[in-house]
Amino acid sequence: MEQFIEWIKQPWPWWIAGPMIGLIVPTLLIVGGKAFGISSSLRHVCAMCVPANIPFFTYDWKKELWNIAFVIGVAIGGFIGHYLLANPEMIEVAESTQRDLAALGITDYRSIMPHEIFNWENLFTAKGLLFFVIGGFLVGFGTRYAGGCTSGHAIMGISSLQWPSVVATIFFMAGGFLMTHVFLGPLMKLVGF
Amino acid sequence: MGTAVKKGDKPNVGATPNKEQKGESPLELLMYLIIGVGFGIIFIKAEIVSWFRIQEMFRLQSFFMYGVIGSAIVVGALSIQVIKWFNIKTIKGDKIIISDKEFRKGQIIGGFIFGLGWALTGACPGPLFAQIGSGFTVILVTLISAVAGTWVYGRFSHKLPN
Repeated sequence: MEQFIEWIKQPWPWWIAGPMIGLIVPTLLIVGGKAFGISSSLRHVCAMCVPANIPFFTYDWKKELWNIAFVIGVAIGGFIGHYLLANPEMIEVAESTQRDLAALGITDYRSIMPHEIFNWENLFTAKGLLFFVIGGFLVGFGTRYAGGCTSGHAIMGISSLQWPSVVATIFFMAGGFLMTHVFLGPLMKLVGF
Repeated sequence: MGTAVKKGDKPNVGATPNKEQKGESPLELLMYLIIGVGFGIIFIKAEIVSWFRIQEMFRLQSFFMYGVIGSAIVVGALSIQVIKWFNIKTIKGDKIIISDKEFRKGQIIGGFIFGLGWALTGACPGPLFAQIGSGFTVILVTLISAVAGTWVYGRFSHKLPN
């Protein structure tokens, strides 16, 4: 048992995590005929809180509460995974990535997120504006415009052989590559890293 | 596209895939919550929600995220084939219907915009929730901003190329 707990606390390899995520697809289908998708939850929050008579948000969100329950579960799972099954080591990141990030001023590998960026002190600074406000806005706006995110398009969509989801996934990656290789460095310099 | 849509129709199909006549009971909601908990634990334990992992992925310096997404797709696709072959029903006995996604310009433009944000935040919408749970409470701001982004899309979707 102790060995098992030790093992659970280690970071899990991709060939455990990937198939487990893949199994969420049939689990949701069999439990209630639900298509795996997370970004819709953001839309349901809009429909619940500020529908403002916008047709896109005036639907019966009560029928979609399963999606909200699911993402609340994800947050609780995040809590359990972090506080009860915590990995005692620092996060292992590819050396080449560490070198690239050090050039951008990121060197803190104590947590899964770099503290230099993700902390409350940065909230009302240019750093916070870029990473929290603009970053979040792009994620919310882009996923809804694309009709899904990594779960809905890349995993659920491609799994069910939807070619529009392949297109969406290609452009997710294109946007990410462009941000990482072209904009991220200059933007980080601009906000004071 | 967009012709003869009656008022109130959604510009994006598949965004509300739930075709049920009524919502879920509290007990059923609890079931989805528990599935979500499992998902959140995987997210954290495999460090998929890590900003560093996303950087490794976009810098092509680690196979990890490609392995995760790739194997998830393979397992998801096989599962769907098994469901189809054996005509597996939901636990309530309903037929499992997977709706087709219609191609839209949004998958290109919106997908690209999301990609830009993904590399900044190091998170797609799912990981945002897990990051908050794991103690990075400042990500609540990112989440609120993502909700705002979704709202702005909904408000102006009729003016955007769809």
